[in-house]
Amino acid sequence: MTMTKKKTIFTAAVLAVLLAACVVVDMLLPSYHIAVVVIKKATVYSLVAVSMNLLNGFTGLFSLGQAGFMLLGAYAYAVLTIPVDKRPGVYQYFDGGALKFSLPEIFTGFMGDTVGSTVGMLLALLVGGVLAALMAYLIGLPVLRLKSDYLAIATLGFAEILRAFFQWNALGPITNGSNLLKSYPTFSHATPYVILAGLMIAIIVLLINSTYGRAFKAIRDDEVAAEAMGINLAKHKRMAFIISSFFAGIGGGMMAMYMGTIAAAPFKSTLTYEILLIVVIGGIGSITGSVIASFLYIFSSEWLLRGLDSGTFLGINAPGIFKNGFRMAVFSVIIMVIVLFFRKGIMGDKELPDLLDKKARKRKKEAAGK
Amino acid sequence: MSKNVLKIENATMQFGGVVAVDNLNLEINEGEIVALIGPNGAGKTTAFNVVTGVYQPTNGAVWFNGEKIIENHPQGKMKKLYKGQHDGEYTGVIAPTPDKVTKLGMARTFQNIRLWKSQTVFDNVLIAKHCRATSNVFSATFRLNRKEEKEQREHVAELLNTVGLYDVKDELATSLPYGKQRRLEIARALAAEPSLLLLDEPAAGMNPQETDELTAFIGQIRDEFKLTIFLIEHHMNLVMDISDRIYVLDFGKLIAEGTPAEIQNNKRVIDAYLGVADDA
Repeated sequence: MTMTKKKTIFTAAVLAVLLAACVVVDMLLPSYHIAVVVIKKATVYSLVAVSMNLLNGFTGLFSLGQAGFMLLGAYAYAVLTIPVDKRPGVYQYFDGGALKFSLPEIFTGFMGDTVGSTVGMLLALLVGGVLAALMAYLIGLPVLRLKSDYLAIATLGFAEILRAFFQWNALGPITNGSNLLKSYPTFSHATPYVILAGLMIAIIVLLINSTYGRAFKAIRDDEVAAEAMGINLAKHKRMAFIISSFFAGIGGGMMAMYMGTIAAAPFKSTLTYEILLIVVIGGIGSITGSVIASFLYIFSSEWLLRGLDSGTFLGINAPGIFKNGFRMAVFSVIIMVIVLFFRKGIMGDKELPDLLDKKARKRKKEAAGK
Repeated sequence: MSKNVLKIENATMQFGGVVAVDNLNLEINEGEIVALIGPNGAGKTTAFNVVTGVYQPTNGAVWFNGEKIIENHPQGKMKKLYKGQHDGEYTGVIAPTPDKVTKLGMARTFQNIRLWKSQTVFDNVLIAKHCRATSNVFSATFRLNRKEEKEQREHVAELLNTVGLYDVKDELATSLPYGKQRRLEIARALAAEPSLLLLDEPAAGMNPQETDELTAFIGQIRDEFKLTIFLIEHHMNLVMDISDRIYVLDFGKLIAEGTPAEIQNNKRVIDAYLGVADDA
């Protein structure tokens, strides 16, 4: 059996086991159980982290606009899916809102309840992604001329402006101003999240391994050489930016689904930093790393270390020390340790199939020996 | 009379008050190997950068295969500052980016090796094929371009065989010895399917044996790929061995042109390289 075949089988096996585990968790545990919540949130973060990795890790564009694009996706999803009869309640300060339709309800009309509403929800996610991509195109026109830190500052600024813009009262009939959007349909089980995000990530992986993905990596490694070898820098950077934003938009929509209610407030730059942290911990330039890091990050911050905030941790009962905020202190220390001892992240630039590669491991050892 | 491939016409490149290339005129015919030599800082690499679109010349034009691909004239602040010749003769502005120039059929290597460091030897060459790909981002992502991708990979394997790097195709580009990295850079340039190959100091940092191998290699690829080659080099052995004609630059100005034998005996060239005695 050739190495490539072995790798394919190994990857497929790992993914199948993970999916099966997720289905089992869904069947055994109620949807409010912390395990289900962690899987849902981590999956959403995985998708966004991978989309950010596409830009920061594979194309070498240091952008911090992810929260802005997620915001667009989240709002698009929520606004388009709130059932019509709930709209007066949600938009109580804005006369029931400007939109008088809901995508899932349109589709249930002729496709049946389950299928119709699922199609409507997926379509709303897609609209969110497309909106984010359009916005990325517009923002990209001026911003992509900048490099490194300047690009980061410009995109960060854009995301903050967008957030403020969405809280503006004049847009209230659509965005509900700074009030919550709620009552929209969500998937209560974890499996749909895993399948959806998995598909999106698979598309990103296909892109990265295509001729365009290779061109992105060439731009990251050496822009001057890439341009001299006939790669149009402006076009390819714009492409990477738009595609990354598209998936961030979809991730935002799924974030809205996971949270159940949304407002512009959570989409602060802190969210971008969280994602960036995941990308760095996982390994810049490794999709597998981003996914693993998302799960580790969400698992420890949402579940494992919760006790540090609420009095009891690992059987130690110390309400005096373990109170609100202590979790974050411990968490910061853990992150510092990771950054110090895994400087290239958990996975470096390796992917899941590379774990079978003895040669890569040997090469790494040699490099460390030098 | 063979076809004229590259023609640099009155090209001047001025940075602020410094004239790096001053009224350069140069012609290269099909199938020739032409060298551009000169002391350090003479403006050789700047001339290359003008031809390949990295810099926009301040004044002058570049023709490629009978088509004007680059043209500029002093504009804005440069109007007052311009110190070169042929002011006002050019009116058009054609300023392609380097990738467009490459697509026209001109590929180059760099003075300091610029391989893609995290990529394997094979991928380094394969990426250079990207500019010839006809698939768009959707067809490439969803693998609707299988045939093209397969052809590209076959072509790259063939190319690596020709240049003798096939046995190291899965190594990281940067793990190769220096001489092979140079060779890989040339292979990468060839993958872009050029008709004119520009080599910027291909023998820089090589020992005499490696230089000899390179000399043979350049002759070999010229014949095999039906190339025209324009090179900058300091190794005089290599230059004199393989060049059909030589141009000599000094302080941005062309001071001589001719066959290797003519250049070797040209007094101005000798003066430029060795300096002029003061006590004359």
